[in-house]
Amino acid sequence: MSEQSPLTKEEVIHVAGLARLELTDDEVTTFTAQLGSILNHAADISSLDLEGLVPMAHPFDLENILRPDVPTASLDREELLAGAPSVESGRFKVGRILGEAP
Amino acid sequence: MTTAHDVAAQVRSGHTTAREVLEQSFAAIAERNQELNAFLYLDHDGARAAATAVDDVVAAGQDPGPLAGVPIGIKDNLAMRGIPTTCGSKILDGWKPPYTATVVERLLAAGAVPVGKTNLDEFAMGSSTENSAFGPSRNPHDVTKVPGGSSGGSAVAVAAGFVPVSLGSDTGGSIRQPAAFCGLVGYKPSYGHVSRYGLVAFSSSLDQVGPFTTTVADAALVTQVIGGHDPADSTSMPDGYDDLLAACGRGVAGLKVGLCRDLLDGADAEIIERVRQAAAVLEAAGAEIVDLSIPELRLGLSAYYLIAPAEASSNLARYDGVRFGLRVEREDVAAMNVATRTAGFGAEVKRRIMLGTYALSAGYYDAYYGQAQKTRRLITNALDAAYEKVDVLLGATTPTTAFGFGDKVADPMSMYLSDLFTIPTNLAGHGAMSVPFGNSASGMPIGVQILSPGRRDDRLFQVGAVLEAGVAK
Repeated sequence: MSEQSPLTKEEVIHVAGLARLELTDDEVTTFTAQLGSILNHAADISSLDLEGLVPMAHPFDLENILRPDVPTASLDREELLAGAPSVESGRFKVGRILGEAP
Repeated sequence: MTTAHDVAAQVRSGHTTAREVLEQSFAAIAERNQELNAFLYLDHDGARAAATAVDDVVAAGQDPGPLAGVPIGIKDNLAMRGIPTTCGSKILDGWKPPYTATVVERLLAAGAVPVGKTNLDEFAMGSSTENSAFGPSRNPHDVTKVPGGSSGGSAVAVAAGFVPVSLGSDTGGSIRQPAAFCGLVGYKPSYGHVSRYGLVAFSSSLDQVGPFTTTVADAALVTQVIGGHDPADSTSMPDGYDDLLAACGRGVAGLKVGLCRDLLDGADAEIIERVRQAAAVLEAAGAEIVDLSIPELRLGLSAYYLIAPAEASSNLARYDGVRFGLRVEREDVAAMNVATRTAGFGAEVKRRIMLGTYALSAGYYDAYYGQAQKTRRLITNALDAAYEKVDVLLGATTPTTAFGFGDKVADPMSMYLSDLFTIPTNLAGHGAMSVPFGNSASGMPIGVQILSPGRRDDRLFQVGAVLEAGVAK
C-alpha cells in the first residue's frame, strides 16, 4: 500500500468516535492504511461524470403504504426484556445519562 | 445425504420417517462438525419435536407439506424464537430472539425440520467465515481451504452431507460465492421475493435470503416455500413470480444467453474455460450465445463497498449495550456504548462501520455515498439495456476457486475482490444463481453464474437445470 492514504489518522480517530468505537494506536495505524486503500479503489467512481443520473437508494420505487389502523398482537414484553443486559420495573435499565446539577 | 425432493417423497409416502432422517443428520453432524465448524448451535429438542409432528401428520393419513421431514440448516443471522442467534458476533452474546423469521415459519409449515444455526462471517461481512467470532468453517473438499462466505457454515452443512438444504443470505454474493467454493447450487432471489422479517439487517437495500442445495430443482422447491409476499416485510413484493419448479423442465431452446466478458476477465483460466464449456452446453440445447460486454459492471465493487458499509453503519448503531446482548459497564451511558461496541465487534465489522460513517459524513457524502448511489443507477441501467438484447447473462461466480486460510486476511481489498462478479446483481436487485460446473485441476469446485432481469428468476432455473444435466461428470 504505497499510495497516499486519502484520510489521516486524526480523521480515523474522529470517525471512530462518531461510530462509538475506541481504537488502540496500532488499530489507528492499520485502519488508516486499510480504509485508505478501499477509498483509493473507490476513486474510480468518485471521478466519474454521473450528472443527470438519479441516485438509487433501493432496487424498486416502492410507494409507502400504511396497513389499516387495527390493533394486532404485539411481542411479549417480558420475553423482549429477557434479552436485555439490565432491566428494572419492565424497562431497559442504563446508567447515568446526565451529570450532577451544578 | 440425498436431495430434499427424495427425502420429502420418502417421508410423505411412509417409506421412512422424519425422525429417522433427522437422527441420520445428527449422526453425520456429530461425526464431522467439530472439524468443519458448520453448525454453531444444534436445536436437538426443537428439531426432534418438529420431526415427530411431521411423522404424526403422516400417520394420520395427512400431508405434512412439500418439505416433509427435510432437515435444514439456518444461517445464524436468521431469528428462531428462543434459540441463540449470534450473527457470528460476541456482541449478541446470550441473546435469544423473541420471534421467528418468516422464512423459518414457512419452512416449518411445509414440514421441514430446522436442525440448527450455521456459522457466518460476523454480521455477514466477509467472504471466508474467517471473520466469525466463533472460528472459521472449513471446506469439506479440502479442509485447508475456506468455504467462502459469508454464509460459509450453511454451504459446508450441505457440502458435508449434514443436511440436504440450508438457508443463507446474500448481500454481495454471500450465497453464490460459498456455493461455488463448495460445489453447490446457490440461489440469490430477486430483491423483494423472499421476506427479510427476522433476518438481522446488514445492508437492507441489498440483503436477500436464499437456499443452498445440491440440485437446481431443490432450490426451486425451497424457494417456492419461503418466497412470496409477507406483510411483516414492507419491501417484500406483493406479486410472486413464475412456477420455478416448472421452469426447471422448460429447457433453453430459443433463449438468448449473453456471455459477458466483464463477468470473466480476471478469473482463473480454468474457470473461464468452464464457463465457455457451459455456454457450449446451452448452445447444444438450443440456446443462442451472444458475446457481449457491460463495462459498467466493473464499477460495482466500488459502489458496493460504499453503499453496504453506509447502510451497515446505520443498521449496526442498534448494538449499544442497552436492549440486547453484551454490555460492558461504565459510569455513564455514552462510555458504556463505546466500551460495549469496542469489545463486542470484530475488526471487519469495525472497518465497515467506520467506512460507512466516513462515506456518510458531512463533506464526503456527495463524493462517496452520493456518487455510489448514482453508480448503482448506472449499473442497473446498463444491465437493463443488456436485457433488451439477451434473456440471461452467463459468467463466472468467482475469480478463483476456494483460497487458503489467512491468504486475504491482512488486505481487506483483496478479500473484497472475490465478490467482483456477484455484486452487480445485488445492486440492481436482480436474481442470480451459481451452479457447480466441474472442478479445477487441483480438485476444487468451480461455479458458473447465471444472471436474470429482476423478477424473471424462472430463467435461472431453466438455464441451471440444463447446465446441471450437461456438466461432464
